[in-house]
Amino acid sequence: MLGLSKKDRNLLILVILLTLATPILLQPFPEGSALAQFNAGYPDLMQRFAIYGIFAIGFNILFGLTGYLSFGHAAFLGVGSYSVVWMYKLLSYNVLPGLILAVIMSALFALLIGFISLRRSGIYFSILTLAFAQMSFNLAYSVLTPLTNGETGLQVYTNDPQVLMSAGSPSSPHFFGIVMNESAKIDVGGWQFTFSNGYYFCAIIAILVFYLSLRIFRSPFGIMLRAIKTNQTRMSYTGLNSRPYTLAAFVISGMYAGLAGGLLASMDPLAGAERMQWTASGEVVLMTILGGAGTLMGPVLGAGFIKYFENIFSKINDNILHTWFSALPDGLEDAIVFMLHPFIGKGWNLTLGLLFMMVVIFLPGGLIEGGTRIWNLVTGKNKKRGVPGKAKEHHPTPTPHVN
Amino acid sequence: MGILEVSNVNKRFGGLQALSNVNLDIAAGSLHAIIGPNGAGKSTLLNVLVGKLLPDTGTALFNGVSVIGRKPHEINQLGISRVFQTPEIFGDLTVLENILIPCFAKRDGSFRMHALESVASEKGIIEKAEQMLTDVDMIDKRGMTASSLSRGDKRRLEMAMCLVQEPKLLLLDEPTAGMARADTNNTIDLLNHIHESREITMVIIEHDMHVVFSLAKRITVLAQGTPLVEDTPDNIKGHPKVKEAYLGEAA
Repeated sequence: MLGLSKKDRNLLILVILLTLATPILLQPFPEGSALAQFNAGYPDLMQRFAIYGIFAIGFNILFGLTGYLSFGHAAFLGVGSYSVVWMYKLLSYNVLPGLILAVIMSALFALLIGFISLRRSGIYFSILTLAFAQMSFNLAYSVLTPLTNGETGLQVYTNDPQVLMSAGSPSSPHFFGIVMNESAKIDVGGWQFTFSNGYYFCAIIAILVFYLSLRIFRSPFGIMLRAIKTNQTRMSYTGLNSRPYTLAAFVISGMYAGLAGGLLASMDPLAGAERMQWTASGEVVLMTILGGAGTLMGPVLGAGFIKYFENIFSKINDNILHTWFSALPDGLEDAIVFMLHPFIGKGWNLTLGLLFMMVVIFLPGGLIEGGTRIWNLVTGKNKKRGVPGKAKEHHPTPTPHVN
Repeated sequence: MGILEVSNVNKRFGGLQALSNVNLDIAAGSLHAIIGPNGAGKSTLLNVLVGKLLPDTGTALFNGVSVIGRKPHEINQLGISRVFQTPEIFGDLTVLENILIPCFAKRDGSFRMHALESVASEKGIIEKAEQMLTDVDMIDKRGMTASSLSRGDKRRLEMAMCLVQEPKLLLLDEPTAGMARADTNNTIDLLNHIHESREITMVIIEHDMHVVFSLAKRITVLAQGTPLVEDTPDNIKGHPKVKEAYLGEAA
C-alpha cells in the first residue's frame, strides 16, 4: 500500500496516530496540578512542533543523507514567510496561494544558492551557505525594505489591496473558511484538551511531507544520496554525476524549509527578517543532530525536544523552584534553588547545551540511538550492528560507529 | 585497431616528466599488464585514461571516441570501469546496495530523479545484483555493512561493482597490493575466471611479478614515463632492457 514496505507502513500509521493525538498526549497533567506547567498541549507550541518538524525533516534530506551541512536554511524559512504575507496583502487571508508561492520561491532561491554553494564541499560549502543566509538576512533587514518592510516586519495593513477579500471572509489566516486561530476546548475530568484548527492544518501537512521523505529515503535516489555521503570517488567512477543529485537534495530541503516558513506565517500573519538569522539556521542543525541525523524520526524528535525546552523550561522561575523544594529546611532549599538557578528561566539554553553535549558524546546517533539502545536492553536483543540479515537493508538509519 | 589507442601522451608535473610520448595499443579481449619500477608513470597513465588527469598533449581513443577532457563519470558511462589500489566502496551502505548503485547507473545514466520509486519494487535490478553476488560468492553477506567486510571481500565487492556494469574495458590498479599470498592467488583465479567467462578487455597495473606472469597475455614495460618494450610474458622474462630498468645500470 502506498508503495511502502510493511514495516514502513506501520511506522507511517504510528506517526499519523501520534500526530493526530498530540493535543491529548501532550496534556498528561490535570489543570491546576503542580505539574500542569509541563503540559505542552497548547496550540501555539504544538504548531511549532509540527512546523519545525517539517523544517527538520527537510533539512535531514540534505544533511542526513548527503552529509552536506548547510548553515543557511533559515533563508528559505524567511522566503516562505514573506511569500505568504505578500499573498495576504495582495489576495486574501486564504493561506493556500501563499503556501504554493512559498514553496516555489524557496525552490528558486535554493536552486540559485545551491548551484553556487555546491561547487565546494565540507566546511567551504557550509561557509558559503552561511554567507548567503546572512546576505539574505541583511537584504531583508535594510536594502529590500520595500519588499520586506525592514525591521518592523511585513504585515497586513487595512489599505492593502486584498483583491479576493469579500465582505464575509475571515480577517485572519484561514484555509477556505477554516480559521487557523480557532480551536475547540474540551474538558474531561480535570484535563483540558485544545483542538486547534491551526495545529491540525500543520499536522496534516507534516504527515504528508513525512510520507514524502519516507518515499525519498527508500528510493534509488535516496540510495544515491547516501552513496554521496560515503564515497564520492566511487560515485564518479561508477558513472554517476553527484552534482545534480546534491543540487536536487538541496532544492528539496529548501522547499521543505520554505513550506515551514510559510506555515509560520499561516499561523501568525507576519514575517520578520530575524527569521533568516544564522541562529535560526543553527537551530535546525541542532534539531537534526540531537534527534539523529539520517534517521527518519530523529529530526522530528529533535525539533520537538528543542521547542519544548524553549517554551517550557524557560518558564520555570525561582518562585516555582521554591514551591517545589518547600518541604526542605530553609537553608538547604535556598542552596538548591541557588544551584539550579542558572539552568532555568533564561538559562534554558545552558540546560539544552549540556544536554546536546551529552547526546553528541554518548549517543552520536542522537535520541533515536538512545531509544534503540533502551529498546534493545528491554527486549534483550543483540546489540551488534551489521550482522547478516534482512533487517539492516531497510534501515538507512544510524551510521555505524565504534562504541 | 585496438579497443584503446593511446598516442603521444605527455604529462609533466613541474620539473618531472611523468609521461613522455606514451604510445599504447590494447587489443580487444586481451589481458594486458603494464609493469615498471616505482615512478615509471603507470598510475599517471591510468589516471589520464579515467579522466582524473588531463595530459599536456596526446590522444587516447576508446573504441574511436576520445576520452581526453571527459569527466570520470562520462568515461565510465562509455564502458571503462576502474578498480582501485585500496578498494573504493560505499562503506556505510550494505553489500547489496553497493551492487545496486552501479546497476542503476548502468540503466539510468549519470543522473535520474527517481525519488518516488521504491528500491524494493525494482525486481529486475535486485535479481541482477543478487546474481552478481552469487557469482562472486558473497550472497550470504548481502545485508552486511560494506565497511565491516574483510579486505579481501572489499576487493571482491569492488570488482563485482565494476563487473555488474558489464564494462568493455576494466582497468585494475595493483589489485593484489598488500595482500597475503593466499589472497593473491584467489584474486588471480578470480581475474582469470572473469576474463575467460566474460570476454572483458583488462588492463592491469602491477608490481608483483608472480601476479603479472600468472595473468597477462601481453606486457608493456614502462620506465621513466616511456614504454620500453611490449611483448608476450615469455619474451619479457629474459629481456635485457627490462632487467636494466628494474635492476639498474649494473645489470
